[in-house]
Amino acid sequence: MNYAARRLLQLIPILFGITFLSFLLMYMAGSDAVTEMYTNRGVEVAQEIIDARRAELGLDLPFWEQYLRWLWGMLHGDMGMSYVTGEPVFEAFLRKLPATLLLAVSVVMLTVVISIPCGIAAAIHRDKAIDLFLRFGSFIGNAMPNFFVAMLLMQFLGIQMGVLPVISGGMDGVSAIMPTLTLAIAMSAKYLRQVRSTVLEELNKEYVMGARARGVSERVILWKNVMKASLLTIMTLLALSIGSLLGGTAIIESIFMWDGVGKLAVDAINMRDYPLIQAYVMWMAIIYVMVNLAADLLYHHLDPRIRLGVSRS
Amino acid sequence: MSEVTVRVQKVRTASLKRKLIFFGALAGLLVAASFFSSYLCPWDPYEQNLALAKAAPSADHLLGTDRYGRDMLSRVIAGSYTSILSTLLLVAFISVFGSIAGIFCAWSGKRLDTLVMRLADMFLAFPGLVFALAVAAVLGGGVQNAIFALAAISWPKYARLARSQTLAQQELPYMQAARMAGCGTLGLIRRHVVPNIAGPILVTAMLDIGTMMMELAGLSFLGLGAKPPIPEWGSMMSDTRNLLATHPWVTLAPGFAIFVSVMIFNLLGDTVRDWLDPKNRR
Repeated sequence: MNYAARRLLQLIPILFGITFLSFLLMYMAGSDAVTEMYTNRGVEVAQEIIDARRAELGLDLPFWEQYLRWLWGMLHGDMGMSYVTGEPVFEAFLRKLPATLLLAVSVVMLTVVISIPCGIAAAIHRDKAIDLFLRFGSFIGNAMPNFFVAMLLMQFLGIQMGVLPVISGGMDGVSAIMPTLTLAIAMSAKYLRQVRSTVLEELNKEYVMGARARGVSERVILWKNVMKASLLTIMTLLALSIGSLLGGTAIIESIFMWDGVGKLAVDAINMRDYPLIQAYVMWMAIIYVMVNLAADLLYHHLDPRIRLGVSRS
Repeated sequence: MSEVTVRVQKVRTASLKRKLIFFGALAGLLVAASFFSSYLCPWDPYEQNLALAKAAPSADHLLGTDRYGRDMLSRVIAGSYTSILSTLLLVAFISVFGSIAGIFCAWSGKRLDTLVMRLADMFLAFPGLVFALAVAAVLGGGVQNAIFALAAISWPKYARLARSQTLAQQELPYMQAARMAGCGTLGLIRRHVVPNIAGPILVTAMLDIGTMMMELAGLSFLGLGAKPPIPEWGSMMSDTRNLLATHPWVTLAPGFAIFVSVMIFNLLGDTVRDWLDPKNRR
């Protein structure tokens, strides 16, 4: 069986796990749709009516039956209704998803633009002033929680200098700058170090010394050999860091009022809108797993040692 | 090894040792300060004085006051108790519990091992804070629940690490020798496995303190951790964020406190990692 098929098969238990944990979470929340719905409407109803409605929705069934029914509905795109707005949660999630994806893509792009050149520069000039400066910067960026960065940017770019709007006014490019910058600072700080150490490791390999001995110019070694070899690792690490990015968007979106799924989830948490939280958790995990799988398959496709079936040594 | 290399090694070890002592002392001081924070506050962090509300930093109130007239410096100092001590508790818990789970997996039969590792995979499938957010939301906030939520997503890392390290140890000949010498399983684990795998786990835990502190503060920022009026850095920032434009010191002071603490623990973590790196120990 080829690698891609094997990886897809391995995905099945993981996806089951994700749905199971997401369901379990809401089951443990202990509040069900019916009581929550009546509470939100502010009406007091008799216990019999609640019980009847619960039976109708299947909430009196044993745990496993409820889970299977929920799973079945989910496979048909039905993830339940929001307790607050009454609209299907899956639709609400899908509507807000593009904003978050847009934010994530621009953060990844900015991170690549910042950290790859800086990481390479730091590796080439190891222990020189520029390396120390970049490492110091990355160290600072790593120690700041993203909401603190957000506040600092708001204070300096938004309030004192007045160049950018403090709160997003919609989905335009200007509003995207501050949330993108906030998330990209933390991600670049982490990523710069990884790029640096990957390139350094590659520069220490024997073939580099061999190429130098044969008189190949440093520039050719760096761009034709070292970069080609490092790029795979760099790509993989980038895909893995998307996880922390997806988690981080929740706080940043709600600070900057960026209308994506992160803000949707935070609002849902404040309103105790459990079906919405459930949809958010589950779909974020599924997106994350898919991105990782894609990165993994790409890695295997691009690496000739693996693609051609030569064993890795 | 040439004499020059040995000398370089010695100098490096000596400077590492100095760094270790320095950052260790700094982190120790921070932990001690957070433990005794109630004695260090110049003012009562809960005492409101509306006449003094939103005062700018002055000699009396070095960081000014918040909108209820509470002294910000005292609140930041008092906040260290929740922020730092609960982070340390969290990291201690996940590293110990995760390692025990990992060692147990390495030692138990294939079935149990697979079961626990698949469970760990399930938790690792959720990106970053997303699952912790949901767990904290379901449990309904509070510091304890935030700690529990972060523990739920963080233990698999330690379980995997401890498991692979234990499996590597089991392969080594000295383990068979110890077993043949009549050492029981528990004795093997206590006397041989734990001391040999403690290094990497310690380094991971030390480097995790900063991350966990930021994530815990992040949950509090969203209202899923410590609740006001309890001083906690994350919730203090979120609580005062509408003062940013007019009274930035109130909002930014707790952020700086997080920043400085995370930096100290990260520096200590990096130094411990270099110290335990076999390349630097000869």
